[in-house]
Amino acid sequence: MSTAISVRALVVVRGGREVLHGIDLDVESGSVTGLLGPSGSGKTTLLRSVVGAQIVASGSVEVLGLPAGTPELRSRVGYQTQAPSVYPDLTIVENLDYFSRILDVGQSSVGETVDLVALGGLEGQLAATLSGGELARLSLAAALLNRPELVVLDEPTVGLDPVLRQGLWQTFHELAEQGTTLLVSSHVMDEASRCDVLALLRDGRLLATGTPAELLERTGSSDLDAAFLALVEEGSSE
Amino acid sequence: MSPQRTLATARRVLRQLRHDPRTVVLLLAVPCVLQVLMHALFTNSPQVFQKVGVPLLGLFPFVAMFIVTSITMLRERVSGTLERLLTTPLGRGDLLVGYAIAFALVAAVQAALVSALSFGLLGLDAGHAAVAVVGLAIANAILGMSLGLFASAFARTEFQAVQFMPAFVLPQILLCGLIVPRDAMAGWLRAISAVLPLTYAYDALARLASSSPVGARFWVDLLVTSGVTVVALALGAATLRRRTP
Repeated sequence: MSTAISVRALVVVRGGREVLHGIDLDVESGSVTGLLGPSGSGKTTLLRSVVGAQIVASGSVEVLGLPAGTPELRSRVGYQTQAPSVYPDLTIVENLDYFSRILDVGQSSVGETVDLVALGGLEGQLAATLSGGELARLSLAAALLNRPELVVLDEPTVGLDPVLRQGLWQTFHELAEQGTTLLVSSHVMDEASRCDVLALLRDGRLLATGTPAELLERTGSSDLDAAFLALVEEGSSE
Repeated sequence: MSPQRTLATARRVLRQLRHDPRTVVLLLAVPCVLQVLMHALFTNSPQVFQKVGVPLLGLFPFVAMFIVTSITMLRERVSGTLERLLTTPLGRGDLLVGYAIAFALVAAVQAALVSALSFGLLGLDAGHAAVAVVGLAIANAILGMSLGLFASAFARTEFQAVQFMPAFVLPQILLCGLIVPRDAMAGWLRAISAVLPLTYAYDALARLASSSPVGARFWVDLLVTSGVTVVALALGAATLRRRTP
């Protein structure tokens, strides 16, 4: 397996404060990697660094073999921001139609993607009138329209009911099976078990990376919540 | 830049407006109502209406597009759609020109409506050419748009963006020569008005409205107005950063 993302000694300073203190992270192609950590741990900053939207202080971020932010990557990487970044005064189809034209993909992708995120039947509805979960899925759809090689999703499942969450994780794995790499952030530990690989972030440092099973075994914990706590203690006692 | 992405952006902006009929009605009706008001106000001195009527025709789109653009662009920044767009292959030029096309179309409709009303029903004399007045109105709309775009970079909230209207636009209207002729202004006021773009936009319109030949200064006015538009668009483009802190 090749490496889709390679982060080396990444340091980011925001508002005069260092928020990422030298991150090293590799993400394998075709995997679903979960970036887990509490609110304020630096997840969004790390994701923004990967899509090339973040000014970094030092270190390197390589994406699909190119430095993050390279123009060529703009059509190969899909990004869903944490807040649903779609136009509330457009319908679902109008939103996706616009993004599909920017990404230069055919109109058929709009219908397919609507089905993929289970928004069928709501195509003509204004985004402003959608529920929080529907809005999040519309925002996700906009990131998937051109089936990018790498999909970076910032908390895509917040506010979704368990059935929909289950469905979305299923979708993520189907995309991964087709070769897409997914980097998904979440602050909910019960989503960790659905990832192939986990990266645990806390206070701008990576506590640990590995498969869920590896992390459980390493900490001798019975669930990932406990594993996270054990890793935090391990880190602070060093 | 790509024509397809530029046109898609223009279409998207127009679609957003279409879902907001109240704004469209306000954009189109308010200038008409104001022009009727001016006409009624100067019933007893029609020469004053003749003098300010044509310039006003060109200034309405300037003010309207300044406000509309500064608010829409601020929304793009705050909602995260701008950040998303800038991670896609969309060029900054595509975004700006897309906006310009959409708002120029709206300004054309707006100017055509007020012109038809003013020249048709209110008896305003178009001077040299009604078409030229509408053309200048569209140019002013794009000037207002480019300044609004630039101003939006300095607003953090919609409250601030709205306040930029009186801050950026009102002084220009006061000093452009519409209220007091520039020759009658104190020297320092005239100096300030000489560096404000609206002064030139107003002068061009006033020259069109008068019965005397427009003169060489008219072309200088056009040059300055379009030059400022290009500079403001370039500055606006510079405020759209793909990488932010």
